Amino acid sequence: MDDAQTMVITGTRKGIGRYLVEYYAARGWQVIGCSREPVDFSLPNYEHYCLSVSDESAVSTMFAAIRKKHGRLDVLINNAGIASMNHVLLTPIRTVQDILNTNVVGTFLFCREAAKLMRKHRYGRIVNFATVATPLKLEGEAMYAASKAAVESLTQVLSRELADFGITVNAVGPTPVKTDLIRSVPQEKMTALINRQAIRRYGEFQDISNAIDFFIRPESDFVTGQILYLGGV
Amino acid sequence: MRDRDKVIRLIYAAVDEINETLPQERQVTKSVETVLFGRSSTLESLDLVGLIVSLEEKLQEEFDTSFTLADERAMSQQRSPFRNIGTLADYISEF
Repeated sequence: MDDAQTMVITGTRKGIGRYLVEYYAARGWQVIGCSREPVDFSLPNYEHYCLSVSDESAVSTMFAAIRKKHGRLDVLINNAGIASMNHVLLTPIRTVQDILNTNVVGTFLFCREAAKLMRKHRYGRIVNFATVATPLKLEGEAMYAASKAAVESLTQVLSRELADFGITVNAVGPTPVKTDLIRSVPQEKMTALINRQAIRRYGEFQDISNAIDFFIRPESDFVTGQILYLGGV
Repeated sequence: MRDRDKVIRLIYAAVDEINETLPQERQVTKSVETVLFGRSSTLESLDLVGLIVSLEEKLQEEFDTSFTLADERAMSQQRSPFRNIGTLADYISEF
């Protein structure tokens, strides 16, 4: 057991997840992360679990270990997510299942297990990941946008179900950020997408941590069920 | 099969935890006949959720395996295992 504020971040091997680990670990948080593959970095206040976020048994075991070791959880950031740019007529069902498993089932499982631990101290902050692809009705991202619409709905319903436990549930909806998630999307598609934002530029990692910082502040205890899109979408 | 007496002790430990959050007039009695849900229960729906989650944790610690008590099997039974502490203990013992 320890007194350090404890945070779980999913999908920490690379991209936004890895940045968030470094950002919050540097600010004194005890950070616990996970990804399917091992990470190639180590930090004194970081511990890693290798699992698939939609594997109920593995997720449950991870949270049992957190409960035993730390006895608390203050923040959950459901960052793990996958996308697949594809026309609906060319989208294999396996891709659909993978997207739903990681983005929806994974987010649900982590919310459920985290809330069990957070309710003990009647305090918790959950931040899910939405996307501007949902409000922009982005062609070529049907399942990705739909899976994140499910995450938005989950966020809003859970905000009500968990309010009595002192847990807030919000979501940040990033614009495209230069990570592997958009690596295979043609440049002209990205430019067209960014032109639909009020502020026409790629998102930076710092834009995301800034929104998360707001949601997880103790003073944000009256902010829940909100979806915060970046870039003026 | 699990030792029913051990299961009952764990249910009582979860009851102790939930009682810490309840006012005096709604304290849950530690007896196998104590009704857990329905009109004659002192527990409100969210209290019952808390009791079940707390019990799942204790069972996991004791038996080193994860439990999801409110699954389809429990919900599809004609007579709910959550009727009272005794029926819940029977249900978990056979888990």
